[in-house]
Amino acid sequence: MALSHLDQTFPMSAGAEPAIATQGLIKRYGQLAVLKGIDFEAHEGEVISILGASGSGKSTFLRCLNLLELPSSGHLYAFGEEIRLRRRGDQLQIADRKQVDLLRTKVAMVFQNFCLWSHKTVRQNLMEAPIHVQRRDREEVGTEVEAALARVGLQDRAEYYPAQLSGGQQQRAAIARALVMKPRVLLFDEPTSALDPELVGEVLKVMRDLASEGRTMLIVTHEMAFARDVSNRILFLETGEIRAHGPAKTLFAGGVDARFDQFISHFTGRQ
Amino acid sequence: MDWPFLIDVAERLLTGVPLTLELAAISLCLGFILAVAVTAAASSGFKPLRWLAKLHVELFRGTPLLVQIFVIYYGLGQITLLRGSFLWPFLSQAYWCAILALSLNTSAYGAEIIRGAIAAVPDSEVEAARAVGMSGLLLRRRIIWPIALRYGLANYGSEAILMLKATSLASVITLSEVTGIATKLIASTYRSLEIFVVAGALYLALTFLIAMGLHWLERRLNPHMRA
Repeated sequence: MALSHLDQTFPMSAGAEPAIATQGLIKRYGQLAVLKGIDFEAHEGEVISILGASGSGKSTFLRCLNLLELPSSGHLYAFGEEIRLRRRGDQLQIADRKQVDLLRTKVAMVFQNFCLWSHKTVRQNLMEAPIHVQRRDREEVGTEVEAALARVGLQDRAEYYPAQLSGGQQQRAAIARALVMKPRVLLFDEPTSALDPELVGEVLKVMRDLASEGRTMLIVTHEMAFARDVSNRILFLETGEIRAHGPAKTLFAGGVDARFDQFISHFTGRQ
Repeated sequence: MDWPFLIDVAERLLTGVPLTLELAAISLCLGFILAVAVTAAASSGFKPLRWLAKLHVELFRGTPLLVQIFVIYYGLGQITLLRGSFLWPFLSQAYWCAILALSLNTSAYGAEIIRGAIAAVPDSEVEAARAVGMSGLLLRRRIIWPIALRYGLANYGSEAILMLKATSLASVITLSEVTGIATKLIASTYRSLEIFVVAGALYLALTFLIAMGLHWLERRLNPHMRA
């Protein structure tokens, strides 16, 4: 895909600049193309669910947005600037470490396996990035940590270590850890896939609350009911390409894309 | 049992304990610094440096400590160039030769322990740190090293115990640490059984103290594993 980003005029909705956008994003592992040129934009306040079967490239795509996964080619834009990448062999590399570190403080990630730091208490997990990465005032951060713990319902677990918590509690702590960084975008990579069924609800409830307050969220998930009810927009990936894309209501009403209808029927049929 | 004799022996051997501890402590400190340097070299982007680190580990892990001590104490003196250098005031003394041999030896094992401990840090926790904007030294200082310390502590503790016992080899190059004093006592009394048993008991007591200290440190560092 030969793209010159210099003369590219971006398709903009409502005149606003997208919070995050990609252009011609390609990811290859050797011969295998996992993403085959994704053009995408997310605007402030949008809640977008990224759906697709295993191997469709949805997690890889999400991880490209904060460069935990480096694309093989294409462009990534965040808050009006292009993230500088340089070519090395058949992969792109981070060209400006500082720019990417700053990007990651604005685009927080919640992982499938929580990924809390095991040697730190819940409170220490939350304090870590605001104090040591963002270099904010300790007292101010302390107050916000309390507030974040309260809103995910973990105020009485601040001094616990991750290993002493249930999966649902760990994931809520991980969400709180993302929130105290005051990110502009929240990325969720299958946040409930590692949880026991009875613990999924408590995490989804927190995410519902966040969505309802107008936060910008990109969510890779298999929770179809959640995607239908909570997101404004759906991005449906199939074998590394955008197969269907549009308002959640429209897509879930059916008849837009046969593959999408078939995909969600697996889930609705099971319930 | 000849208790007065045993107590007398114990009192004499105790005078060697400070030197034994000194040899072990200094060698472990120097060895650790060297081990960190070797680990850094082993993961450097510069190939000859990686190769050198590997050679260092293989060389000092693959030859007996006693041979290393002999080469340094007896062998280096043959090199005329060295005898004229500023290093000679050190290398001509058994004390510094023992420290050098012990440090080099433990640095090879230490480097392997550190490498293993860093490799054991879960990728997911490192990735979570990258995802909040950490990189470089900050990522190492705040996340990788503290977690690696917890993984490596038990192994490094064993290495410390091995080193404490290895100081007994310094007695063959004239140093009067616990074993050195024991052999001298035997030369004048011929009562090797009692003297070596007391010496062994002294080492046992010292290693027990180290093990206790380690246990305490491990508990302190790993409150999350106490449950």
